[in-house]
Amino acid sequence: MPTDQPVPRLDVDAILADPGVRIIVCCGSGGVGKTTTAAALALRAAEHHGRRTVVLTIDPARRLAQSLGLVELDNAPRLVKGVNGGELQAMMLDMKRTFDEVVLAHTDPKRAEEIFANPFYQAMSSTFSGTQEYMAMEKLGQLRARDEWDLIVVDTPPSRSALDFLDAPARLARFLDGRMLRLLLAPARAGGRSMFNLVTASFGVFSKAVQRILGAQLLTDLSGFIAALDSMFGGFRERAEQTYRVLQDRETAFLVVAVPEPDAIREAAYFARRLSDERMPLAGLVLNRVHRVEAPGLSAAESLAAAERLEALGDETATADVLRVHAGLVQQAVREQAVAAQFSGEFPGIPQVSVAALASDVHDLEGLRTIGTALATA
Amino acid sequence: MVTGKGGTGKTTVAAALALALARGGHRTLLVEVEGRQGIAQLFDIPPLPYEERRIADTPDGGEVRALAVDAEEALLEYLELFYRLGRAGRALRRFGAIDFATTIAPGLRDILLTGKVKEATTRTVDGRRFYRAVVLDAPPTGRIGRFLNVTAEAARLAKVGPIKTQSEGVAAVLRSPMTAVHLVTLLEEMPVQETVDAAEELTALGLPVGKVIVNATQPPLLSAERISQAELRRGLAAAELPTDRLTVAGLHAEAKAYAVRRRLQESLRVELADLNRPMVELPLLSEGVDRKALDRLADALLAG
Repeated sequence: MPTDQPVPRLDVDAILADPGVRIIVCCGSGGVGKTTTAAALALRAAEHHGRRTVVLTIDPARRLAQSLGLVELDNAPRLVKGVNGGELQAMMLDMKRTFDEVVLAHTDPKRAEEIFANPFYQAMSSTFSGTQEYMAMEKLGQLRARDEWDLIVVDTPPSRSALDFLDAPARLARFLDGRMLRLLLAPARAGGRSMFNLVTASFGVFSKAVQRILGAQLLTDLSGFIAALDSMFGGFRERAEQTYRVLQDRETAFLVVAVPEPDAIREAAYFARRLSDERMPLAGLVLNRVHRVEAPGLSAAESLAAAERLEALGDETATADVLRVHAGLVQQAVREQAVAAQFSGEFPGIPQVSVAALASDVHDLEGLRTIGTALATA
Repeated sequence: MVTGKGGTGKTTVAAALALALARGGHRTLLVEVEGRQGIAQLFDIPPLPYEERRIADTPDGGEVRALAVDAEEALLEYLELFYRLGRAGRALRRFGAIDFATTIAPGLRDILLTGKVKEATTRTVDGRRFYRAVVLDAPPTGRIGRFLNVTAEAARLAKVGPIKTQSEGVAAVLRSPMTAVHLVTLLEEMPVQETVDAAEELTALGLPVGKVIVNATQPPLLSAERISQAELRRGLAAAELPTDRLTVAGLHAEAKAYAVRRRLQESLRVELADLNRPMVELPLLSEGVDRKALDRLADALLAG
């Protein structure tokens, strides 16, 4: 397919209005406006398309969170006030609390208490690289299971790499199936004896090394944690796999969010490739913070030359300034187009929509409406 | 340590800092820990192995080496160094122990990564420090506090034993005058907010905040606060440019948006100044980042 074909336009309203679309996932690298895009889409779905919508945000900027009424972190959807018609709820992911909920759902209260008290659980539930991604998936699964909304809009975690969100369930499964884990579990499964019994001929060297490095206290905590978690593994993995399948279904639409800068576009392309590998439905690319030239008739070179003439005349220097601003804008727009063309060159069939750069960040519903309108009519 | 919100250019700034500190015939080490291969991309070289490689020279005989630290390799190296594990170390890897350990105790991963930085920083050859400076392209502001606060993480897991000893050694270096955590930001709302939050968090943790580095700044282009459409039309006529309504209104709108953005940037600059840390401004590199551009940033860092 030739790359000079016009890029198809992403019809955001068609997606938001489609009753078959139940989940929209916004993904992309950090700092590209994912959360704002997700919130603007959710607000538009509620106000313009009358869909009962919930938006799941991961780490919103403080003022944006406040505009959605997300002042307390209670890990449950709250009605957003000030929405004109339709119903919008919003929630902010509390990673630790979601993990606690998962534990409670899969074990009895007494066991849960033991798990919560274990230092390994505390470390893993608050800092496990991937916990946030996995818990975002878990929360999405929970929201979907409640079946209270027509549409769930998800903002993905600000991962080191865009891949983490998709990889979390597989990583968890790999972890749970790991040889190491089975080794450590062997004594627990054999009747809850200490894992020091693990010292057998074949594992001798290995377990001696483990003891030497970790020390006895750590081993006791660790085997306690592993034994306690053992009963929940099946449920864990089942849930993760279920959510993964939902993401492959046509009820889900993935939107890759980027800005016209090399790093963000590279991540967006990487993500688009991954989604296609995983057979997940990529609906399109949202290009945020695109600079638009308002006086397209004047080229950068022409403006700069004119600015110099005016300055040489010593007159109308204010106009010369404006011409320099214009020239800078034209040059930036040209650079941005070249960067964005790298994506459309690799994925010519993927629809795109671009949103003009705003002078300041969005922190109220009115601002989100403006973004929503820009997304729909760009 | 160079941190900043994602997208602020902290890798570029870290590289420029390593170059700046190598000037005068010194040797510096540029380290990355997140497996992104950002240094290799920046210098347009093949992916870096877990090995210190020379990646750039300065005209006066200075040298920048680079290292991509990998937690697994760092753990094996550490085990070899302190326990002489040999066969058992390899067994650990075969059983997936390292993947396991860094998953279940993520703090361990950070101790290993920062531990490697400490080792390079304090390394001596013939009684002299091997590196004049080690520059770490650190995790972003959102994770920096947790990453550097290794003792808290370790103390929760290990109350005695080798992990505790190791992490205490690392923590002592991180909290000493040898360390400075530089915060890279843009004059945009979210990066500035994260910079303010990170400065607060690092200070509370007793970690030394270095400079606030404002990246990608541009000199102001508009001297007049306001210009009317009539003035603009007159100026365009004097420059023999089109004076049709669309051009005049378009340019006027562009100038107005520029002024709004500029005012916002000024207020953000004030917010950053209120942190009372030394501030350095770096110019926008609109033509991309090559060696010449990095040297320009290095100049600016040294001047600041």
